[in-house]
Amino acid sequence: MNIYDFLIMRHELVLVIIALVVLIIDLGLKPAQKRHIIPVAVTLFIIHTIIGFLPSSGGILFGGMFHSSPLLVMMKNVLNIGVLIILLQSYSWLIKPENKEKMSEYFVIMFFTLTGMYFMISAGDFLMFYLGLETASIPIAALAAYMHHRTKSAEAGVKYILSSALSSGILLFGLSLIYGTTGSILFSDIAFSITDSPLQIFALIFFISGMAFKISLVPFQLWTADVYEGAPTNVTSYLSVISKGAASFVFMLILFKVFFPVMEVWRDILYTLSIATMIIGNLFALRQKNMKRFLAFSSIAQAGFILLGIMVGSKLGMTSVIYFILTYIFSNLGAFGVVSAIENASGKLSMDDYNGLYKTNPKLSLLMMLSVFSLAGIPPVAGFFGKFFLFTSAASAGLYWLVFIAILNATISLYYYLLVVKAMFINKNETPIPAFKTDLPARAGLILSALGIFILGFWSQVYEWINNLTVGIF
Amino acid sequence: MTGNIPLEYFLILSTIMFFTGIFGFLTRRNLITMLMSIELILNSVNINFVAFNHFLYPNNLQGHFFTLIIIAVAAAEAAVAIAIIINIYRNFKSIEVDKVNQMKY
Repeated sequence: MNIYDFLIMRHELVLVIIALVVLIIDLGLKPAQKRHIIPVAVTLFIIHTIIGFLPSSGGILFGGMFHSSPLLVMMKNVLNIGVLIILLQSYSWLIKPENKEKMSEYFVIMFFTLTGMYFMISAGDFLMFYLGLETASIPIAALAAYMHHRTKSAEAGVKYILSSALSSGILLFGLSLIYGTTGSILFSDIAFSITDSPLQIFALIFFISGMAFKISLVPFQLWTADVYEGAPTNVTSYLSVISKGAASFVFMLILFKVFFPVMEVWRDILYTLSIATMIIGNLFALRQKNMKRFLAFSSIAQAGFILLGIMVGSKLGMTSVIYFILTYIFSNLGAFGVVSAIENASGKLSMDDYNGLYKTNPKLSLLMMLSVFSLAGIPPVAGFFGKFFLFTSAASAGLYWLVFIAILNATISLYYYLLVVKAMFINKNETPIPAFKTDLPARAGLILSALGIFILGFWSQVYEWINNLTVGIF
Repeated sequence: MTGNIPLEYFLILSTIMFFTGIFGFLTRRNLITMLMSIELILNSVNINFVAFNHFLYPNNLQGHFFTLIIIAVAAAEAAVAIAIIINIYRNFKSIEVDKVNQMKY
């Protein structure tokens, strides 16, 4: 093994270095200069994102523990784009005086959790997978409790850490049973010895329960709305987009790589979970008045749609899941960007406060409309094609009833997404949110997500590109 | 040392520990006790790994390595969780779950 082999884990190395550089620079800054860390961290991350797109050959390191392939690199790049938009959007919240002392912690923790997600995606055995999963989830609890003097933020932190620790415990119990029955923790070895013996099915169910907590599938979704509401808005968007996206990628990869021989079993489990997740997520979203809780339940419902593509279990399903998550990143970040901009300017979060927003802030209202249309899946924008490919792949596997239920649910979701649009454009309001200007980085983040929604909607090349990469897995 | 004790006994012990942990997590109302229940779950996993490794696959050490990593990660998890619980105490003047209920439904 020579030194150039380490270039395979380029993403991880560069990101760890960036995180350490930010940490060290922060040590040398006086309290009054702390805000200079923001441009440094964002610039370094932009460079990292660009480096990530350089072609990479892929390979295996550490005796099979670490895998890399063009497909996995592409998944990491998808996450990078999302994190970049979040970093830009969080500028106006970070420079508030209450965050003055701990600005760099936000970046460092975020970069380390992202490294955890990289390792989780690249894992070649369950040890690396578990380490990545914990690196990705423990520090997020610290991010959720970031505003430590606010009771809601503290509550969100404790709810997140306890439920995520419990879910990893359940997941680990499943892994220990898999180790006991197969004698290995390497994915490639386990795949040969998985049969439908009761103990291994039991282990599979424990594994799925553990992952369902992370992706917030019903009936494991109870933490989601509370944590999303209590955490700072930009952390919420990180949780709902990046953390959920990475967990879905890994869930899909492990089901395909390790549990492929018992596909009939997990397809039945996911079938039930998917229907329950879509219906309950939608029904609860209908009655929410707080924008963050509303987006939390809408993201639960979207996770139900992601399962549709995972249970297809083919190349087509995999492409459609990755494409859907890409569209979901842009549309959800557009919505969260507007919510966070409005929260920073006026402190308002309730849906009634959005009444008459179009009169005072037309651009933000238009972007919000675009994002919720994309989330609901209205034709010209990205979200429609994401859902369209998911439904096609599910139909190609013969899951017609499931597709029918999913389409019904997409229609229900249209109702509550349109409630937001109605509030902004039609409802009258005596005291609307006053007109304000967002600052430059936040505007760049909002424009990026709007561009993403449009480009993915009108430029089919992206789908082809992802489709070409997914060959390698089978 | 463990020559006379068959594998089944270890598995029964770890299963009892696991479900005690789950039961404790669901019924206890004190945050620290809930954290202790999670430690019970993680330790039952450790027993499983070590027992499987010792009895079934004595030639490799993957189970032992996994156990060591779980212990380390559990310590990190407990550190973060306790820091957050101290913060909860400062905000709510209590660590009972019933008091930490600003957000519901």
